[in-house]
Amino acid sequence: MTDVVSSPAGVLAKPARRDIGIKRRYAAERRFRAYGIAALSFGLLFLALLLWSVVSKGYTAFQQTMITVPVEFSEQIIDKDNERATDPQKLLTANYPLIARNAVAKALGVAEGDRAGLRAVNQMISDAVRGQLRDMVVANPQIVGTTQTVSLLAAGDVDSAFKGQIDLTVTENNRKVSDQQVGWMNQLAEAGALGKHFNTGIFVNGNSSRPEAAGVGVALIGSFYMMLIVLVLALPIGVAASIYLEEFAPKNKFTDLIEVNINNLAAVPSIVYGLLGLAVFINFMGLPRSASLVGGLVLTLMTLPTIIIATRAALKAVPPSIRAAALGLGASKMQTIFHHVLPLAMPGILTGTIIGLAHALGETAPLLLIGMVAFVANYPTTPMDPSTALPVQIYMWANEAERAFVERTSGAIIILLLFLIVMNVGAILLRRRFERRW
Amino acid sequence: MSTPLILLILAIIAVVCYVVGTRHALAIAGGLSSKLHSRPGYYGAFVAICAVLPAAVVLAAWLIASPFYINSTVRGGFPEDVKARSVAEQGLAFGMVSSLARGMDVLTLEEIDRVGSNPAELRNTLGTKGVALAGDPEPYMVASAGDLNAMNKISNRVMTAVVLIVALIGAGLSYNRISHRFRARNRVERVILGALVVASSIAIITTVGIVMSMLTEAGHFFGRVPAWEFFFGTVWDPRFAAAGTTASEGQFGLIPLLLGTLYIGLVAMLVAVPVGLFSAIYMSEYASPRLRSVAKPLLEVLAGIPTIVYGFFALTTVGPFLRDLSADINGIVTGNAMNFIQAQSVLTAGFVMGIMLIPYVSSLSDDIITAVPRALRDGSLGLGATKSETIKKVVMPAALPGVVGALLMTASRAIGETMIVVLAAGVAARMQLNPFEPMTTVTVKIVSQLTGDLEFTSPQTLVAFALGITLFVITLCLNIYALFIVRKYREQYE
Repeated sequence: MTDVVSSPAGVLAKPARRDIGIKRRYAAERRFRAYGIAALSFGLLFLALLLWSVVSKGYTAFQQTMITVPVEFSEQIIDKDNERATDPQKLLTANYPLIARNAVAKALGVAEGDRAGLRAVNQMISDAVRGQLRDMVVANPQIVGTTQTVSLLAAGDVDSAFKGQIDLTVTENNRKVSDQQVGWMNQLAEAGALGKHFNTGIFVNGNSSRPEAAGVGVALIGSFYMMLIVLVLALPIGVAASIYLEEFAPKNKFTDLIEVNINNLAAVPSIVYGLLGLAVFINFMGLPRSASLVGGLVLTLMTLPTIIIATRAALKAVPPSIRAAALGLGASKMQTIFHHVLPLAMPGILTGTIIGLAHALGETAPLLLIGMVAFVANYPTTPMDPSTALPVQIYMWANEAERAFVERTSGAIIILLLFLIVMNVGAILLRRRFERRW
Repeated sequence: MSTPLILLILAIIAVVCYVVGTRHALAIAGGLSSKLHSRPGYYGAFVAICAVLPAAVVLAAWLIASPFYINSTVRGGFPEDVKARSVAEQGLAFGMVSSLARGMDVLTLEEIDRVGSNPAELRNTLGTKGVALAGDPEPYMVASAGDLNAMNKISNRVMTAVVLIVALIGAGLSYNRISHRFRARNRVERVILGALVVASSIAIITTVGIVMSMLTEAGHFFGRVPAWEFFFGTVWDPRFAAAGTTASEGQFGLIPLLLGTLYIGLVAMLVAVPVGLFSAIYMSEYASPRLRSVAKPLLEVLAGIPTIVYGFFALTTVGPFLRDLSADINGIVTGNAMNFIQAQSVLTAGFVMGIMLIPYVSSLSDDIITAVPRALRDGSLGLGATKSETIKKVVMPAALPGVVGALLMTASRAIGETMIVVLAAGVAARMQLNPFEPMTTVTVKIVSQLTGDLEFTSPQTLVAFALGITLFVITLCLNIYALFIVRKYREQYE
């Protein structure tokens, strides 16, 4: 009051508010909020960047450059002395690359005597045409001596150049395709002989040291076997274990031990499971190396804790009134669980299982240790045969030096991610469709 | 008979027993299942279990035990001079005998007659049949191989007979026990309960398997290399030597690998913890429900992407980007466009691993922050604190133990992570503190030691198990400590 009296003007003017730092505090509030937005955007930005980098590098892998030319299956080259009726080896060992080279050279108008030119033509065709033409002839020996129109695989470098992945402004000596070959490539493309086709090879072929012929076929089969083994073993065992722990187990030291164990197993680094598989399944039990059986067993052990934890949560979510009603009607405890509780918990269990399977499908490290990094070009017929897995195939291609393998690796990653998306979307739909809120 | 065939027969027996048992029970009750103690299916299941279970146990026991017995008998039949040799050589000889035995199964009778007297011929003949022998077989081996085949054949026949007889006896005995008052359901349920217990002990068996297998192999390693040289050695130089040559043993120092692991883990945590924590805080305290319902699953997609994809991302995108960036910066500042960040470096691997860990930090902390009671926030806001002050001064201290637990779990994941570091961290085991240079980790070395062509008994291979047990113990301690903290924290609000 004394203040007001001493200065009459102060009666009208509002007293200056004591500075309690409101501005500063609100600025801090805004800053804090901005940190949150920044952090969230950082995470989402890198998700987008990761997916974009994979897709932008990999989508071209689903197209493959082919050279479609009339190929003369010259009897002169394949079987000069007409021995193919008596010697089946003749058709298997004939010089098919020469036939392909001649066909392309003819289409380009390269003279037969032009050795340097012919060599350059040869570099434009993939070595995989040997197998391609051989399979055609072996399947149908009648075509020897005729001329057929065949789509030949272009070499990896031509493929990259045609897709615009090779910088053509670099000096000719520093890149893998010469100006002459680029000219030919464009000439063939204008004539409609050279063009991009959908690449079925990446889905069906086995591994190859030539990027244009490499595919994930064997890896897909291997991964399929492993997922089958994981499903067949981990789902029943996991569900059985969860039922015991959740519904029957008495509260004692042993059950406690199992519980702590399961929680810890879920957090053990995956590579440790690989060491376990190597020591127990391969060295002790003598199962074959590189077999999808061993991979499946290792992944089963790895997936079990995930399934058990998900199943227990699903069982816990079934209300006790269901159990009480069933027991009240005279069902035994076992009947209550198997006839009533388990079916109601099934959507949750399956969701957990699918997510566990998706994790197992993307797992690489333990498979490296049990020898699945082997170079496998042939399809495995049983889970005991050498095989490889999709993520391991990605790892092997990622280590290849050739430029064209980067595209293949990204393509394989896209395939893997598609599988994972399908599985996870399936899990979400399953949950949406069947989940009950009590 | 081959084992799968026996299993198939057992399966058929089980189905038949089930049907027959069910019908028999119904027949006894005169078609009225209400007169039975249990529902008819339980009687069928009881008969099937009694038939198959003991038979399967006998089969498994036989399959495990008979090779030991047969092998030791065959080895006992080796000539005295062979028995006097070292264990490894005896093992080699036995390996030859067993591949011989396998080969002789493929041969026709007349071929056996032809080569019977001439062991050298045998190798060529077997070679054409696709059975490769390591060397020329000695005459005693041919005899032993014959013994082996004969014994295997007898063992197989006796096993088939015993298993089938056990199955039939079980079926017969249980069939006769079926009556009105027989409590089939209780019996069947006891067996099911037993199966449930067995399934849940698999978790224990796995842990025991991990510990035992690693300890045995690591024990072999410590037999060749002293433990203190491994745990306190500062040089990692395993000296890859071709199988068979006696090159120097090499040095197996854990310290550089451990240092690299912790350093990369630290960089990863420096990226993941602030980003993850702030994301979690923003999503639980600020974001609208709609933003939250979109952003949270999207962020969790990061956790679902396989680590090999992150590794490839680091190798082809982040690594080269950082390298070129550093060259540009160097060019602007000093005029010398040399890159000071290597494409494979602690920074690259740590940064990408950090991105991978963001969802672990954010979703774990999100749960914990949401679990802090509303009343604490209301009290703080009511006293005039801003939202951020409430979070900093009230919510976070309350959530701290849980968050620390979550961070410890995340750290254990960073330490055990393999594929990112295999592709992005490099393989040079060096002790240095420059984050722009490559370093290597425990997991990288486990992979590189076990994917070579070394014989399994060499210390170069066995060291992987010593590294593995170190990794296992470190992550186990982190997890148990984290679990301990989280559990202790949970009790506060319940």
